[in-house]
Amino acid sequence: MSKKPPSTKNAPNYAYDARRATINARLDGGEQLALYRVMVRIRRFEERCLRAYQQGKIGGFLHLYIGQESLAAGCCSVMDRKTDHIITAYRDHGHAIGVGMSMNELMAENFGKYTGCSKGKGGSMHYFDPTRNFWGGHGIVGGQIPLGLGLAYALKYRGIKGACMAFMGDGAVNQGAVHESYNLAALWDLPVVFIIENNGYSMGTSQERSSAGPSLAQRAEGYGMNWDIADNGHDVYEVRDKVDRALRLARDESKPSILEIRTYRYRGHSVADPDSTYREKAEIEEYKRTKDPIMALQNSLVVERVLTDELIKKIDAAARAEAETSALFAEQSPFPTPEDIKKDVYWEVDNPADRKSVGSLFFD
Amino acid sequence: MPVITYREALRHAMAEELDRDPNVVIMGEEIGQFHGAYKVTEGLLAKYGPKRIVDTPISEAAFIGLGVGASMLGLRPVIELMFFSFYSVAFDQIFNNAANMRYMSGGLVHCPLVIRGPANGGTNVGATHSHTPESIAAYHPGIKVVVPSTPADAKGLLKSAIRDNDPVMFMENTILYGETGEVPDGEHLVPLGLARVIREGTHLSIIGHGRAIQMAVKAAAILEEKHNIRAEVVDLRSIRPLDEETVLASVRKTNRVLLVEEAKPFCSVSAMLACIIQEKAFDHLDAPIRRVTSVDSPAIYSPPLEKIQLPSVDRIRAAALETLK
Ligand SMILES: Cc1ncc(C[n+]2csc(CCOP(=O)(O)OP(=O)(O)O)c2C)c(N)n1
Ligand SMILES: [Mg+2]
Repeated sequence: MSKKPPSTKNAPNYAYDARRATINARLDGGEQLALYRVMVRIRRFEERCLRAYQQGKIGGFLHLYIGQESLAAGCCSVMDRKTDHIITAYRDHGHAIGVGMSMNELMAENFGKYTGCSKGKGGSMHYFDPTRNFWGGHGIVGGQIPLGLGLAYALKYRGIKGACMAFMGDGAVNQGAVHESYNLAALWDLPVVFIIENNGYSMGTSQERSSAGPSLAQRAEGYGMNWDIADNGHDVYEVRDKVDRALRLARDESKPSILEIRTYRYRGHSVADPDSTYREKAEIEEYKRTKDPIMALQNSLVVERVLTDELIKKIDAAARAEAETSALFAEQSPFPTPEDIKKDVYWEVDNPADRKSVGSLFFD
Repeated sequence: MPVITYREALRHAMAEELDRDPNVVIMGEEIGQFHGAYKVTEGLLAKYGPKRIVDTPISEAAFIGLGVGASMLGLRPVIELMFFSFYSVAFDQIFNNAANMRYMSGGLVHCPLVIRGPANGGTNVGATHSHTPESIAAYHPGIKVVVPSTPADAKGLLKSAIRDNDPVMFMENTILYGETGEVPDGEHLVPLGLARVIREGTHLSIIGHGRAIQMAVKAAAILEEKHNIRAEVVDLRSIRPLDEETVLASVRKTNRVLLVEEAKPFCSVSAMLACIIQEKAFDHLDAPIRRVTSVDSPAIYSPPLEKIQLPSVDRIRAAALETLK
């Protein structure tokens, strides 16, 4: 990663083969299969979520990640699970599965059940698992980016050689807080990687209609920050290579960077989005046909003889069964109780033995 | 009178004001090409074009601040927040700039700007998207706050808000968007600061605004039918300016008060009303003032629990019976 745009952008470097990058060349068959499995599991989980939503089991919003699986799977696969951290927006199912959260706790969260990762309090947009260094799931566009900056700050402050991946969409780059974060990251050399998952649209607004300038990542130049673009975000190997470089820069030199990854979402912005005013069906079909991230990896693994037809079926069936089981688990789990509504608001109320303040905290 | 939805009433108000005043500009996320996240602005882009109907990036602080600045130079921006909850991204622009501008300039500068969008819970969108900041907004002198609960008021109040020379925060409700009601065609203005007695009664006054006051209307029907209690229901419609006269007249008539609102209880509109009522009509009260609000915690996602957290017809009915004990 360099301050100058690397060759993949201005003039495509046809010699670049992500599969041969060091981080990928050393993968053994088992590790490749693990990558593939994560992507299939994300997709099957989300398809099951969609059905549950249509059956009225899930309320509010459901933002599906279908089409973008190579990003979460690739990025999480190169994380140092002990010292790297991750935070993202509301389209968070892929990252949650990527860091190893179970489908059961995720589906239960979507159903608003007490067994959900956030006890049914946050819903689909607000998954959390600090034990896996996953700091959410956030609903306000761009609002999570200063938090990612803060996670990186805390790492540096505490002398931990880790990095934080702060994910956002292509629409989020136009929030002021994002730009303030870029500046602080560069000014204070914080170990953060700003990852823009550029799926081309923020709701119904295309990138051209929302963002000035030649590219989203290039805005880094204004802050003297490194940047790069993964043009082939559907290629999990390219995602891994580029994010690995950015993470190493953050961990080893405490330098921030912006990595823009080009991708595509197949479904509407959320399940309720009519998805008919801003793009043609043909555009979606074309991407599916030529760049589906799961098919791309599947094809290459078949060529490499890591995957067989039989194994493809087996992995798919297992992912479907896991998703189905999670729906059953969610269905059979209890809802929170009315008393739970007022828990998890204040530390002191949940831990009365630690209470130091006096006076009323609630007023009903 | 035509029967239309709350959503259509808002759209008609904007269209009529766009026709009337070339300085009216509608701005916000997904309001044009996408027809609005909740379809309130549907069709306006086709009719008025991109100069008057402006799609923005996701930059609330910038486009609300822009609205404040443009209003200083004679435009009348009507800015949509996709969810009113996103107002906090632009907090400084609204409460430091818009609210204080007239004062700090000694009256030289004013900001005729409307910020509108849905401010409600009840659709399981979680804590960050379910804020009901009427009291936070109304706390700031210089800001006006309006909350229509019917289609007719949606139209009449929005037209008045657009013509108003001060910044108005206009809080709608996604659950009410599809509700229908009779709305006068053409020029229909409801002045800001005028409450409406929706239902006359003698035993107690139920006072509030927004969807909660529509729940109170239903509760009042049950109280009459099942308990032989005649409740008066007063819809504030406007929080600041506030129609103290109508509120106090109702209190003097019924001598018992139940305040309802969807917001949390601490420092809320109902807390302010309770203060005003005890200050100005203490001798007319035969019982303590009661309130129905949301349960005092961030908005929970879990759908059945969110129902419990929010006011309901049944909670209002039960609280009314308590008030009469
Ligand atoms: C501050 C704020 N403004 C508006 C919204 C409504 N909203 C939610 S997602 C979204 C589009 C974001 O698009 P992008 O950043 O590209 O992410 P994607 O959905 O494509 O993953 C909008 C406008 C919000 N949640 N927060
Ligand atoms: Mg996007």
